[in-house]
Amino acid sequence: MKKRKMLVTAMILATFLVSFSSCAKKSDLILATTTSTQDTGLLDVLIPLFEENTGYAVKTIAVGSGQAMALGKRGEADVLLVHSPEAEKEFIESGMGINRRIVMHNDFIILGPPEDPAEAAKAKNAVEVFRKIAASESLFISRGDFSGTHVKELSLWKAAGVDVKGKKWYQETGIGMGKTLSVVAEKKGYTLADRSTWLTMKKILNLAVINEGDRTLYNIYHVIEVNPAKFPKVNGKAARLFADFIVSVGIQKVIGEFGKDKYGQPLYFPDAVK
Amino acid sequence: MDLIIEGLFQAFRLIAGLDAEVFSVSLLTLQVTLMATLISTVIGVAAGTAVALNEFPGRTFTVGLINTGMGVPPVVVGLITTVLLWRHGVLGRLELLYTPSAIIIAQVLIATPMVMGITLSSIQQIPRAFRLQVMALGASRFQMLWYLYREARLPLLAAIMAGFGSVISEVGASIMVGGNIRGHTRVLTTATVMETSRGNFDTAIALGIILMVLTYAVNYILSRIQQRGRQR
Repeated sequence: MKKRKMLVTAMILATFLVSFSSCAKKSDLILATTTSTQDTGLLDVLIPLFEENTGYAVKTIAVGSGQAMALGKRGEADVLLVHSPEAEKEFIESGMGINRRIVMHNDFIILGPPEDPAEAAKAKNAVEVFRKIAASESLFISRGDFSGTHVKELSLWKAAGVDVKGKKWYQETGIGMGKTLSVVAEKKGYTLADRSTWLTMKKILNLAVINEGDRTLYNIYHVIEVNPAKFPKVNGKAARLFADFIVSVGIQKVIGEFGKDKYGQPLYFPDAVK
Repeated sequence: MDLIIEGLFQAFRLIAGLDAEVFSVSLLTLQVTLMATLISTVIGVAAGTAVALNEFPGRTFTVGLINTGMGVPPVVVGLITTVLLWRHGVLGRLELLYTPSAIIIAQVLIATPMVMGITLSSIQQIPRAFRLQVMALGASRFQMLWYLYREARLPLLAAIMAGFGSVISEVGASIMVGGNIRGHTRVLTTATVMETSRGNFDTAIALGIILMVLTYAVNYILSRIQQRGRQR
């Protein structure tokens, strides 16, 4: 009796697994990208266009740039859309990624409490802002997750000659940009954020822009195909199609228009077509 | 406070307006969690009974493991399931990662110890005399199980409810193995997390409210079954 019960269970399990997995075709494309592109809603616009055009189903995994490249290194993603230039170069040099192409940019901004206890808004550039924050030991909240934003932030600390390790005023959240901004606003701290996430959340946050416009604050997105020669399971064909798609004239125009109606300004500036 | 009220209105708007996306997300949530609950009930009750009724070496050790399983963090289950289901992982050939099936698998792993543990203690607390008496009356093995389950109906349904509760509220594993893919593996909990990080707090609260309503509906049905014939 028990044996039969187990058999029936196994059968139910099997049919269900099969019925679900059958909707996941072999040709699925796994896109590993940053939380910011999902949180702004850009991917909700681009992905359906790509799926309609090519018939591939896209599985978007929104993680930090660091994790996206870690997935790429294991061949667990097909194509990456990331914004962490130094790490990207390493990724390409390791042979895991090919065909790195520029897609778009926006910029990072330094946010802080409107009262600005560090008087950082007076600083001439981003690096000086960071120095002032450190000098006044004002609370700084970091993403702490090796995302593109975090890596950029670390490079600014390095340029400012500040060692943040173990400092009481330096805290790490380890979560996405949107949630980090909520923490920053609650705790009245400073942080580095990408402008697009800020624009989508600014109306609900009591934060002020402390510094912007500095060239060192550029935030550049690249598309990288994971090398199919290294991983036979990687869907190189679909990855190439997606990369070609996102740098194509029509889609670059869509990117440039995205957000204008809602925020009065574009969230991203297309760079692939000059 | 006004955010919560706004969330309530938003929930009402989404439900009343039959928002297609919210509807499909809710439907998937129900499908996935009910399937996971069903599978873990079958496995959990069977295995829990087996452990409860049998003596074997290492029994206490096993019971300890089951009870630990009731407290394992979903995110750990999610992580391990993800690594196993990776393309280049042990089970990569099944191509299940980032599918609803992957969520079901992770949730079964989370809920089964829950069902198993409660089943184990509810069967064990039935006096041995009851079993002997049923056997003495000439019941077959299967009939005896039937009477045992009838006797333990209240705690057994509590086991199912606990299993269901642990999977419908779970977000760590679902987001890892499912990927929160729009129109494919986005369930209510992962959608709530995402809307929160997008700053759409009202929508996030609305999704939370829908989730709680669904949870209540399922638990109401289970409670009806549990409380049937209470006057006895």
